[in-house]
Amino acid sequence: MSRRTRFAVFAVGAAGLVILFVLAAFRLPDFGGRFHPYGERAVTSAIAEKTKNVVSSVNFDQRAFDTVGEELILFASALGAVILLRMVRREREEEAGEHGYGPADVFDALRLTGYLLLPVTLLVGVYIVAHGHLSPGGGFQGGVVLGTALHLLYLTGDYPALARLRPVPVFESAEALGAGAFVVLGLAGAGLLIPMNSVVGLEVGCAFVLVLAKFFEQALLVRTDDAGTEDS
Amino acid sequence: MSHLPYLAAGWILLAGIFGMVTSRNLVHVVVCLSVTQSATYVLLLAIGYRKGGTAPVFSDIKPTGKVVDPVVQAMTLTDIVVNATATALLLALAVQVAKRRGTIDPDELRPLE
Amino acid sequence: MSEAVLVVALALVVVMATAVVLTRDPARQAIVLSAYGVTLGVLFLVLQAPDVALSQIAVGTVVVPLVVILAIHAIRKQHGERR
Repeated sequence: MSRRTRFAVFAVGAAGLVILFVLAAFRLPDFGGRFHPYGERAVTSAIAEKTKNVVSSVNFDQRAFDTVGEELILFASALGAVILLRMVRREREEEAGEHGYGPADVFDALRLTGYLLLPVTLLVGVYIVAHGHLSPGGGFQGGVVLGTALHLLYLTGDYPALARLRPVPVFESAEALGAGAFVVLGLAGAGLLIPMNSVVGLEVGCAFVLVLAKFFEQALLVRTDDAGTEDS
Repeated sequence: MSHLPYLAAGWILLAGIFGMVTSRNLVHVVVCLSVTQSATYVLLLAIGYRKGGTAPVFSDIKPTGKVVDPVVQAMTLTDIVVNATATALLLALAVQVAKRRGTIDPDELRPLE
Repeated sequence: MSEAVLVVALALVVVMATAVVLTRDPARQAIVLSAYGVTLGVLFLVLQAPDVALSQIAVGTVVVPLVVILAIHAIRKQHGERR
């Protein structure tokens, strides 16, 4: 398909989409209106369970079984990304032999900021996971914060330290453990909000650490024999 | 005003699809796809909004207070995190394509060898 | 008053989404995407969804742009080795 035909097909589809979407949008309940049947039932049920954060209650209690499904999508995509990138890496290693990581040249201020922020960010991540049932937060958000916090070490220019701090096999087992435990808890039934929250935090955090680890490997791995010419 | 947020979500959806169709770089396609998906976040949260309502967290308000819809928020929340790993998967695919075919321009990729 | 804030946040999101799509160079696009993530986070806060805003700010401004940048780097390296 040439670019012009492709654009023509898009234009037809887009015109149809605009017409149908606008028609649908004006038949939706008014923005900011009072009609929220599911919301009201969810709030009533969360208050009956004495959970302060209704969003967490919906995710890990009322819709726990659905969240298991979503969480498995996350697990599967992370797994897929890791496997795809691992394949590339093995080939490159076979081709090139010796490998090292590129040198880092970082401002002192940035380095210091990175080291100072690392423990604070980890603490914030744990806090967000642990208080998920009381205040805005929970396993998903806290897990992301925890998973990315480690990578502040990359900002400090200390990639070897980062590589030492996240032994990939440990995180792989932890992720599998988290995902397995979440499925078991999700099947076990309602009312397990706090354990489910923590398990999701573990699983999401590990998934992000693993995916980012593989991408970092791809982006930073250079051949030691021509390390100087890699800056293109 | 009463339907403006829905139309904004529609615009974001359309813009993302336009970007994907006219793109010449697989990484650009993946980013446009994530923009397209962000339209669903805006639409869902707009549907759940309630004028004068507060966030559905009862740590510091009475349980009788008027709150916005928590169900759509829960859906959007997981959607965002899952979307991030899906984006990573697609980018890993793009890296593989670059490795196998030596190009990430969708137009040059057409003939399947 | 709150309505005005909402309209401004919506307008920002729409403008930034368009900007992300129209930025053709992926490396620049990652930066614009990060800014778009912030505007989405603000909109979610205005829509009374702090949980979602938290998740959006962590994912949309940090993780996704970072992965995009790393992928661009890896892809460039593949090209360099082919030549």
